[in-house]
Amino acid sequence: MTAAAEARSLGKDLTGLEGMPGETIRMILDTAEPFKEISERPIKKVPVLRGKTIVNLFFEPSTRTRISFEFAEKRLGADTVNISSVGSSVSKGETLVDTARNLEAMRIDMVVIRHGSSGAARFLADRIPSNVINAGDGRHEHPTQALLDMLTIRDRLGKIEGLRVCVVGDIVHSRVARSNIFGLRALGAEVGVCGPRSLVPVGIEDLGVTVFPHVEEAIEWADVLNVLRLQLERMNAGYVPSLREYNRVFGVTRARLERAPREVVVLHPGPMNRGVEIDSDVADGPQSVILPQVTNGVAVRMAVLYLLAGGRPELAEDAKRGEER
Amino acid sequence: MSGARRGDRLWIHGGRVVDPSQGLDGTADLIIERGRVAAIGPGLDRPEDARSIDASGLVVAPGFIDLHVHFREPGGEHKETIATGARAAVAGGFTTVWTMPNTDPPIDDPAAVGFVRTAGVAACGARVMPIGAASIGMKGEQMTEIGELVGAGAVAVSDDGAPVGNAGLMRRLLEYTQTFGIPVVQHSEVVELAAGGVMNEGSVATALGLRGIPNVAEAAMIARDALLSELTGGHLHVCHVSTRESVEQLRLARDKGLRVTSEVTPHHLLLTDELVRGYNTEAKVNPPLRTARDVEAVRQALVDGVIDVIATDHAPHHYEEKEREFDDAPFGINGLETAFGLCMKALVEPGHMSVARLIDRMACAPARIMGLDSGTLRPGAPADVVLLDPEEIWTVEPERFASRSRNTPIAGWRLPGRVRRTLVGGETRYEAEEER
Repeated sequence: MTAAAEARSLGKDLTGLEGMPGETIRMILDTAEPFKEISERPIKKVPVLRGKTIVNLFFEPSTRTRISFEFAEKRLGADTVNISSVGSSVSKGETLVDTARNLEAMRIDMVVIRHGSSGAARFLADRIPSNVINAGDGRHEHPTQALLDMLTIRDRLGKIEGLRVCVVGDIVHSRVARSNIFGLRALGAEVGVCGPRSLVPVGIEDLGVTVFPHVEEAIEWADVLNVLRLQLERMNAGYVPSLREYNRVFGVTRARLERAPREVVVLHPGPMNRGVEIDSDVADGPQSVILPQVTNGVAVRMAVLYLLAGGRPELAEDAKRGEER
Repeated sequence: MSGARRGDRLWIHGGRVVDPSQGLDGTADLIIERGRVAAIGPGLDRPEDARSIDASGLVVAPGFIDLHVHFREPGGEHKETIATGARAAVAGGFTTVWTMPNTDPPIDDPAAVGFVRTAGVAACGARVMPIGAASIGMKGEQMTEIGELVGAGAVAVSDDGAPVGNAGLMRRLLEYTQTFGIPVVQHSEVVELAAGGVMNEGSVATALGLRGIPNVAEAAMIARDALLSELTGGHLHVCHVSTRESVEQLRLARDKGLRVTSEVTPHHLLLTDELVRGYNTEAKVNPPLRTARDVEAVRQALVDGVIDVIATDHAPHHYEEKEREFDDAPFGINGLETAFGLCMKALVEPGHMSVARLIDRMACAPARIMGLDSGTLRPGAPADVVLLDPEEIWTVEPERFASRSRNTPIAGWRLPGRVRRTLVGGETRYEAEEER
């Protein structure tokens, strides 16, 4: 394959955005555009993945990501099975490699996997011939979330290149942060991270990001804030003393946004802790694109499924019209 | 000698004898009688009745001594047994190994120590010397009956696999062991700082989204224990040093003249955390593979003698256990059979040290710091001898390991320096197959 052709192909799997060329990311976002419209129709279905079987393999609780994938799969006409198994495969008794072999034996076409261990999606992808999509592995990557974030930013601001995007909050435990960093930088954005130093991992600067110790500075710098959920467990594990103090020091509030030199667009991957990392009047205000993110999530996942199934980006318009390829 | 049977004598001739314990490096012959070195020097005639071994083109050296191996028996026989471990040891040129007590159940009473010794003798490989547990059940609470363990043959105490975290217990151990003249061997790690980490803390861990173990988790424990050694006068031996900060602490201890000794593994002398990329569980080890700066620091410390010896921390694991998610895979690298080649590649090939100095760090220095009568080819010493070909380039093929397990991150690597033959007590216990 030539370099250009390679950039226009996703390969077998989507396990992360690290190392993915900007051209490939742009292709996914462009492919998502025609799929947006399908979800606006009264009959939300095209037969692009008719006859394909997809397993949604969720080892961690998830509502919105799983539902978003399931809508995307169903709207493309695929047959889907959901397997939910909370806890690690080891505690369940069956190893992930055995799970992989069993899936392979059932001749499925694609697996969407969410797993608590970093690297689990890649582990599975290396062991089965089916396409594997990472729906979040430990604290490693959540590529479709970052893709929908980028699509939403592009919708709102018309571009990504040259923008300053700051990810705010619990960076150390966040797969969303990592995928955002890799993807946004590949598209030519400047990326910052902001949070208490106890939640910003050692060596993050080596990923090419600027670290902001104060949220006020981050807001002054940024065009876009991607605000991460602060989980209650972080307080119990001693990363921050209390949620109340976190809101005081790092919360994205109306008052802080009003002091910004320009209008800052606010994203949140959900689910939100209102009054902790983000105040309600920000989440529900005009700068928030949180609900468009959810809408775009389905379109981006349709694009990824379509491309991994071998669909060509230039034919996505035809696919939308429901024509057989 | 009267009563000597035919075959009791052995004449190893024509080799380059390298024995840093006597400052020897030159062509010489070796005569072995009844399992001990009888004579050493250039131009020794073949004694009547002696069998001969032609060592021309090879280095003849004291057998290597590994102060840190895990043989998994009892409880983990699917990974390694004392028999397979002892055979793997001689295949790596080791004639003595010290086994860690973190088996299931742990080696924390005299009967268990006796079991390891007996199984070691039966293995007909390297000499197997058991390290006893420092605390009952290795729980870090109550001291074991150290006198009884030593009586049964234990050579040291350790809770390796886990640190002795309780500073009060560590103090008592460093005091109490002085009666028996044995070291306290410490896996230096502040557990609260390691915090469930699975690899080195740093940019690779951050990119992979894996929990990191900071350098200071090791160095802080070494600092504490060195102070306790200073307080008590006890002999502290620090396992598998991996960080530059640890080297600073050890340098300070040496400058103060403390009874603190230490070891470094072959893998920490060459490999870095970059090897973990792709979630390579074969590179998952504790202490973790660090950065190039740390590798440079531990190498220099070994050259300078701040770190005394090389020890493998041979940690066999079944393939199925390594074929898991990174978080769930066990820590450990199978080290005995690649140690010499890896050290040649890390230290001798780039010119950091001579073959003679490497032999010192693998054979003589362990005997020196632990007061063993081996690690030398002086007349009277046990005839524990290794024949090496430092020039031979070979390929690491785990499927050919004598070890029961295959876990190594360097499968397929080409390494310089091959073990050709290993003798324990004058008996050949390993001989390399000739290449086709």
